[in-house]
Amino acid sequence: MASKLPKSPLEHSAGGAGAAAESPGAPPRGLLRWLLTTNHKEIGTLYLVFSLSMFFIGGIFALVVRLELFQPGLQFVEPEFFNQMTTLHGLIMVFAAVMPAFTGLANWMIPLQIGAPDMALPRLNNFSFWLLPVAFTLLLATLLMPGGGPNFGWTFYAPLSTTYAPPSTTFFILGMHLAGISSILGAINIIATILNLRAPGMRMMDMPLFVWTWLITAFLLIAVMPVLAGVITMMLLDINFGTSFFNAAGGGDPVLFQHLFWFFGHPEVYIMILPAFGIVSAIIPTFARKPLFGYASMVYATASIAILSFLVWAHHMFVVGLPLVAELFFMYTTMLIAVPTGVKVFNWITTLFQGSISFETPMLFALAFVVLFTIGGFSGLMLAIAPADFQYHDTYFVVAHFHYVLVPGAIFSIMAAVYYWLPKWTGHYPSERLGRWHFWLSVIGVNLTFFPMHFSGLAGMPRRIPDYALQFADFNLVSSLGAFLFGFSQLLFVVVIVKCVRGGEKAPAKAWEGAQDLEWSVPSPAPLHTFETPPHVTPQPHP
Amino acid sequence: MSPVQRTVSRTLLVLVAMFAFAFALVPLYDVFCRVTGLNGKVDTTAQALVHEGVDESRYVTVQLVTRSGAGLPWRLEVEQRQLRMHPGQTVEVGFTFVNQGAAEQWGRAVPSVTPSQANRHLRKLSCFCFEEQRLAAGERLALPLVFQLDRDLPAEIHTVTLVYTLYPVASGEIARRAPEAQGGEA
Repeated sequence: MASKLPKSPLEHSAGGAGAAAESPGAPPRGLLRWLLTTNHKEIGTLYLVFSLSMFFIGGIFALVVRLELFQPGLQFVEPEFFNQMTTLHGLIMVFAAVMPAFTGLANWMIPLQIGAPDMALPRLNNFSFWLLPVAFTLLLATLLMPGGGPNFGWTFYAPLSTTYAPPSTTFFILGMHLAGISSILGAINIIATILNLRAPGMRMMDMPLFVWTWLITAFLLIAVMPVLAGVITMMLLDINFGTSFFNAAGGGDPVLFQHLFWFFGHPEVYIMILPAFGIVSAIIPTFARKPLFGYASMVYATASIAILSFLVWAHHMFVVGLPLVAELFFMYTTMLIAVPTGVKVFNWITTLFQGSISFETPMLFALAFVVLFTIGGFSGLMLAIAPADFQYHDTYFVVAHFHYVLVPGAIFSIMAAVYYWLPKWTGHYPSERLGRWHFWLSVIGVNLTFFPMHFSGLAGMPRRIPDYALQFADFNLVSSLGAFLFGFSQLLFVVVIVKCVRGGEKAPAKAWEGAQDLEWSVPSPAPLHTFETPPHVTPQPHP
Repeated sequence: MSPVQRTVSRTLLVLVAMFAFAFALVPLYDVFCRVTGLNGKVDTTAQALVHEGVDESRYVTVQLVTRSGAGLPWRLEVEQRQLRMHPGQTVEVGFTFVNQGAAEQWGRAVPSVTPSQANRHLRKLSCFCFEEQRLAAGERLALPLVFQLDRDLPAEIHTVTLVYTLYPVASGEIARRAPEAQGGEA
């Protein structure tokens, strides 16, 4: 995740052959090398570095929000700016931090885990990464434009985002289009790689779960990113070309926007969590020194979650005035998702059962994931109850719920993955002492921030408002303190990564004693080119 | 075609299909709402009177709400804000459009029904909402709403709210449909 990261693999592969650098096939040096690279490891690193920097930008926006909410009343920012901060925090974290981080991990690890020399479409891979900086420069530039940036929430409901939107909304739409195209191209590449480039002898049901979950995620991306593209295109037409897709005055319907958005939005939620399931399913068996319990059921559970994700979108819209039949349908389908998710949690716990567990940093993050993600899942079940949702809707309870599944869910899994695979990327173990500090500060910070939001939400504190009633003051004070603790402890993460890139305890090819997958058969750090002759995989029966 | 090319072209096909599907959902949603009567979408064509006996065993309260939308300096007055009627009964209510602005303008009242289940049981024989109106500055225009609630209206519905929201209509839109719209008021 640090800027210098893949330098070592390059040096490793060049192996002191200075003359090779002048030969025609040598990679360009300096900035051009990064601009033109088609190597899956370098592009993976680019994705991860980009994601980490966006994580800090989105984090700063979150801290502006928490600073304003530190005490009741308006202290630091204008309400208009507060709205832009909540909106951009959400957009940046979803589209620029979490999604690119998973794509970066996919780029690095999928070819290594299936024994492929590279991604199937390396040049497309380069293009899909370089779209991202352009997309988010456009998006962030809106903050400097007259009327400010997007201020309508990350869900950009029409007509807030059309009739009443700031003039910069067109830039927001173009930025989102580019980010969407980038995700789509990345997904096509991942599907093409997994379906065609597996090492001889590796059947689908021999693939590591990270590969499986990413394959399913990529199909979700292919299915729903075009719908998002369609929705924002309709917004663009409504704003600039006088159409009335979402404008009641011209025969359109604002509720249609919500249906279309959440038809994209709910699968999008799973796009951000399925790869996390894959990561945790790799880390827990490694540190429990037992094969994963119920491999096949993990695959089927992931697929069922993906399919169900298309049938639950209107649970975000229980209060728009759905007919009773629809409320019931979406309530039941939503609750049904708890079944495959429960299967997963059960499998992880059963994998731990009677294992010889050790608690290295990646394992700590993975275990925190299981516990805290499950808490987020339970509050999700509460929200799924349609009549109860009339009370919870648009309160901090919802904020608590989705931050529990996204921060100690998706983001902890990404951190676990970074700690787990850093030895493979850099050839050095990350500092265990600093890693533990990072873990404990993060886990305390996250819970201090988001746990009190359950209570303020149940007591009726509405979300996305810069001020609140005095009764919520204590909960918000704790949340803000926790947020600053969590935010600043992420600087430790950067320190760990930079130190690990520069040096540290040397890691062998198989960096973790219990690790089984194919990536641990190549040297650490992984040379720039791996598996140029495909390995032969002998299928191992799953227990 | 190599296997990779085959995979890519298939995913591209799905991609294009899903993009088209998003746009197809717009008319589909509209049709779905009209067929099922969900979302309070109302048919904007006149329906025939049904001579069925009046169900005198129960009353339904009908609330009439009018709202002015943005960009149209009009007011829509209704002679009765609330009335009680039997299912099967035909009722006429007078509405008056008032242009409070200083210019002649086209406008339209967009109807909506709550609860949406009542929608399928509402029969409008005549409504100002079927067509656009043109009002000169300061003009007042009285128009009727004639409607029935049929006898199959579910028994648990005791109150039906009809909402009319005024919206401006661009004159270009009228010009395109000039032949039919000339009639003005229905």
